[in-house]
Amino acid sequence: MRLRLERRLDVPRPLIWLMPVVSVALALLAGALFLHLTGSDPGEVYGMMLRGAFGSRYGTTETFVKAIPLMLCGLGVGIAFRMLLWNIGAEGQLYMGAFAATWVCLSFPEGPAYLLVPAMMLAGLLAGGVWALLPAIPRAYLKTNEVITTLMLNYVAILWVSYLVHGPWRDPAGLNFPLTPPFPRSAWLPTFPGTRVHVGLVIAVVAAALLSVVLWRTRWGYEVRVIGESAQAARYAGMNVERNILLVMFLSGALAGLAGMCEVSGVIHRLQHQVSPGYGYSAIIVAWLARLNPWAILVVSILFGGLLVGGYAVQLAGIPAAVAYMLQGAILFFVLGGEFLTRYRIRLVVSPGPGPVVAAGAGGDGSPAGTAAPRSAGRGSKGGTREGGV
Amino acid sequence: MDWLLAVSICQAAITAGTPILFAALGEILAERVGVLNLGVEGMMLVGAVSGFLVTVRTGSPWLGLLASLVAGGLMALIHAVLSVGLRANQVVSGLALTLFGTGLSGYLGKPLIGVPAPLTFRPVKVPGLGDMPFLGPVVFGHDYLVYISYLLVPLLWFFLYRTRPGLHMRSVGENPAAADAMGINVVWTRYIYTVAGGMLAGAGGAYLSLAYAPTWLENMTAGRGWIAVALVIFAGWNPLVALAGSYLFGGVDALGLRIQAVGTVVPSFFLSMLPYVFTILVLLVSARGKRRLAAPGALGLAYDREGH
Repeated sequence: MRLRLERRLDVPRPLIWLMPVVSVALALLAGALFLHLTGSDPGEVYGMMLRGAFGSRYGTTETFVKAIPLMLCGLGVGIAFRMLLWNIGAEGQLYMGAFAATWVCLSFPEGPAYLLVPAMMLAGLLAGGVWALLPAIPRAYLKTNEVITTLMLNYVAILWVSYLVHGPWRDPAGLNFPLTPPFPRSAWLPTFPGTRVHVGLVIAVVAAALLSVVLWRTRWGYEVRVIGESAQAARYAGMNVERNILLVMFLSGALAGLAGMCEVSGVIHRLQHQVSPGYGYSAIIVAWLARLNPWAILVVSILFGGLLVGGYAVQLAGIPAAVAYMLQGAILFFVLGGEFLTRYRIRLVVSPGPGPVVAAGAGGDGSPAGTAAPRSAGRGSKGGTREGGV
Repeated sequence: MDWLLAVSICQAAITAGTPILFAALGEILAERVGVLNLGVEGMMLVGAVSGFLVTVRTGSPWLGLLASLVAGGLMALIHAVLSVGLRANQVVSGLALTLFGTGLSGYLGKPLIGVPAPLTFRPVKVPGLGDMPFLGPVVFGHDYLVYISYLLVPLLWFFLYRTRPGLHMRSVGENPAAADAMGINVVWTRYIYTVAGGMLAGAGGAYLSLAYAPTWLENMTAGRGWIAVALVIFAGWNPLVALAGSYLFGGVDALGLRIQAVGTVVPSFFLSMLPYVFTILVLLVSARGKRRLAAPGALGLAYDREGH
């Protein structure tokens, strides 16, 4: 009797939705064990996080405030991931968006709100998009590794903003703190009455709607999905892969840039050396956890916004906020592990002797899998079942 | 005066390059068996914090180093279980490892911020060789970890290109199906070298917190793990070239710091950008050449022995 793995030909729908939920639960459980081992009371920590994030009106609205940049960046990296373009540079693109929006604001401080805010938005979009194009061009034409180039540009963007707020843009009245003068009211994004939640939330929902329409209802979205499956096949079908790489990366960066604009215009109301506590990195997990589905990205962002706010809440008890990032990483681990179970079915089989793990339909084709069967008996759980005809 | 400056810059290049070198050697091990591990930054951070923690507790930097090795190895084991065992996407798993490591090190390191370094690795002049002009102070005026890295490079090169296990290892990264047919246990090989690679990344972290800095700061790797990943591509997966590359990066780093110290009109922020911009340029250059062909054939691909 042993365990056998079979590749699922068809993943049952409930499993697709159940898997992330169970994964998150298991990750929190593992986190609890870790907290317990390091001398913290997991019940207390989780309780504080939950109360901090969702237990009060203020906490809940703060969760939404933190969720907005996660939504925008998550949508951005999500669309890139669909094409297997690993844009890890949302953080830097966010900073460049914040920089460009601030530049517009500082250049036209007298501008009326109905012109200034859209101009800042446009600047944020363009700056984020162009910042993503820088690594996209060599990715498209030289096949450079975009993981590293997009990531390196994060450091460059953050240092650039640091330079500005420490140097030429520093507020003379700011007691030497690294921040720009506060924005005039006309440069503020409107907020929902009585909260700090700004219209960025609406923008994110609209962006998610547009993305899902584009992805599933347009020719271009179809191309993006096909290239994601196989760039080779897309090329044979006459699709321009290079142009799509540039377009998708621009769009991806533009969304992150918009997140940066929303942060400075909607939340901080100035540029400072730390615009983001790592939204661009968390967005990677958000997008993957949401299985790159735009609507699910919105929902997961709220959960992760809550995790961040909860992280700040536990600081009062002397527990570092880094615990939130640790949990985010752990959640992704469990989701990755859980995906295995959606792709493979584990079967307990009763079979005499070291039977080959080759399915009947594809057996006897003389493949290495078939000939190596006796050796595989001892570790049959490592092998999958060959799909017929593949 | 210029002579002394040259000596100090070259010496600093080696010091600044050593953590990158350790991490790059570790990444070469993993990538040679086909496992792309983008968790280097996270493994280095956890290595740095556990090394510092244990050194503070025990007073022995060697025990600290041991802790870094174990911590880096355990981190890599997570990546191995996910990407080798459960065939998860290697890019995503590696990114998760970096994010997790950043959070974990921040959590564990919180009480260590501002704690002065206890006994750490200090420069030890090699008798005889250390007295040579120029080369003496530059090459032989370092701490034990640097000397260990000197030994590691040729050892690894020899292992990779001149021994049977090295050949097996490369074949697993090149063509796992063929290696499997030859009777090599692909899964085990990948586990072993991924974990060994993580241990070296942990050592790179230990170098930062026990010799280079020596202290614990949140996110103290500052992208060095990523630079190491880029360097592996530039080095064509060859430990000898990785050595030269690491010192080149170290040199860029050291040069930036020197110029800053002299006090120029160029703001320090631009000098701090140098290693990152340099990394991008290096990737652009290596993308054009033949180096890309040197990549292990199965790099980044999960091995599913029953076909794909």
